[in-house]
Amino acid sequence: MSKVVRVAAGQGFWGDWLEAPFRQVKGGPIDYLMMDYLAEVTMSILQKQRSRDPAAGYARDFVPAMERILPDIAAKGIRVTSNAGGVNPRGCADAVLESARRLGLGGKIRIGLVTGDDILDRLDELLARGQELRDLDTGRPLSDIRERVRSANAYLGMAPVVEALRGGAHIVITGRVTDTGLTLGPLVHELGWRPDEWDRIAAGTVAGHIIECGAQSSGGNLLKDWRKVCGLERVGFPIVEASNDGSFVVTKHPGTGGVVNVASVTEQLVYEMGDPRSYITPDGIADFTSIRLSQAGKDRVRVSGITGAPRTPMLKVSIAYFYGYKAVGTLVYAWPEAYAKAKEADRVLRARLADLGLEFEQILTEFVGADATHGRLAGRPDPDAPEVQLRIGVRARDKVPVERFTRELAPLVLTGPPSVTGFAGGRPPVEEIVAYWPALVDRREIEPRVRVEILKA
Amino acid sequence: MRSEREKRSKPRPVPVQLRWLAHARSGDKGNTANVGLIALEPELYPLLARAVTAARVARHFRGMVSRVERFELPNLGALNFLLHDALDGGGTISLKTDAQGKVYSTALLRMEISAPPAVARRFQPRLSARR
Repeated sequence: MSKVVRVAAGQGFWGDWLEAPFRQVKGGPIDYLMMDYLAEVTMSILQKQRSRDPAAGYARDFVPAMERILPDIAAKGIRVTSNAGGVNPRGCADAVLESARRLGLGGKIRIGLVTGDDILDRLDELLARGQELRDLDTGRPLSDIRERVRSANAYLGMAPVVEALRGGAHIVITGRVTDTGLTLGPLVHELGWRPDEWDRIAAGTVAGHIIECGAQSSGGNLLKDWRKVCGLERVGFPIVEASNDGSFVVTKHPGTGGVVNVASVTEQLVYEMGDPRSYITPDGIADFTSIRLSQAGKDRVRVSGITGAPRTPMLKVSIAYFYGYKAVGTLVYAWPEAYAKAKEADRVLRARLADLGLEFEQILTEFVGADATHGRLAGRPDPDAPEVQLRIGVRARDKVPVERFTRELAPLVLTGPPSVTGFAGGRPPVEEIVAYWPALVDRREIEPRVRVEILKA
Repeated sequence: MRSEREKRSKPRPVPVQLRWLAHARSGDKGNTANVGLIALEPELYPLLARAVTAARVARHFRGMVSRVERFELPNLGALNFLLHDALDGGGTISLKTDAQGKVYSTALLRMEISAPPAVARRFQPRLSARR
């Protein structure tokens, strides 16, 4: 029988179900646990935390999660890949090493530390060397926001993950390695794929895409026949069983809730999709129009036929920059004529903001229960709705008008339309907006600086 | 039972809401929302591919998006739509409840297309109950 590598998803984002990694390790045999923590704006949040505390800047949830499973992964030989390192992979690795020693696993755990994605200190050097780092969506030059940049990271692929595994790492901790690279790396390492076997690289990338959002491919957030999805309270996170030919099965542990079927995998495949023929990663390009799915038993979907194309000379860069301030506040209006009351409250509030001479980039009003998610497509608001929530948000470059806005909501309770409640939370907080600037960089500027270290507990 | 008129002439298409023919998931890339529309049964894909054009979706979302692109995935029985400028700035800038376009998919399922009466009878609960 040919070799099968089992990669299990443990986290699909920073804030995902804390039980999942533990249950993946306990619930049945797996070879790898993949823990994805980073979304587009997560790096900037981590950067903010690090600026306050040099020991912070990584996904803190990762450390207690690892502490809980370290004895099992050491005993069973399960290896972990994670981008929990954020903007401080070394700090993250140190914290996990400390946990290992505390558990008496000193000498038994090796951590592979991947660095070199962080280019915040290299931005001017890269600009001087002709890397323009223009906004991929708008084409604007980086100089427009250069002074306000908070974090800048190149997306690394699977190569340093593979190098760390070859070096004997049990746990690979990275910064901004792509979500898919965390799954593809183990497959390349275990199955001995060459980095230019583009169809296999594409297949491993698709496998990574299917499990990178955790239970979103195993019954979570599944729209088709959602009432028939059983046991979400003990949902099983997805597991990929990959073969050398690039085909794989998506499944989950027996006895867990949720479902793995063609519908659940298809919904995840189209999630955040652009041009399906060209899913670009640092490792290669996957063609999603080549994917074949078939049900291969209960909670087993076979994925095959995937083709790919060579990688591009560029790497994507995620830059986060300070944009301004925003605040969002809500009030709830009760029947009768809930919507009309909420609408009048909105008029009163806007008139007061105008009288105060406050300038905003935008004021957005939504009526939750009437139009918040579907806009005008929701049709005429129900005049008999039991309640409607007024939700008003403002955004400005300066803090002052946003701050003042947060003080204009509560007065509406006694000075506006009747039947209003739901203000127990007090004034809404003023939030700093850190925005996302996607760009491209020549991979030759990045890859020579990527470092892989093996640290021993 | 089909009426006498239906038996004689070519069956006249009837409006069916996409929610009875497809499921969907959406996500974001910056200020663009994507909606993946997936046929509930493989046999429904050709109908969706014919009826749910980029122009038709742009009309459905007029005033809410600037431009619509469509991609076909016959292998998955799916169409992928990119709805540009749909998220009011997107990401952390947007003030919308659905700043990341997570439920834009369901707004597309409100759209009605013309379907053969046989499809309507089979997939639309109200009509099949009447039968």
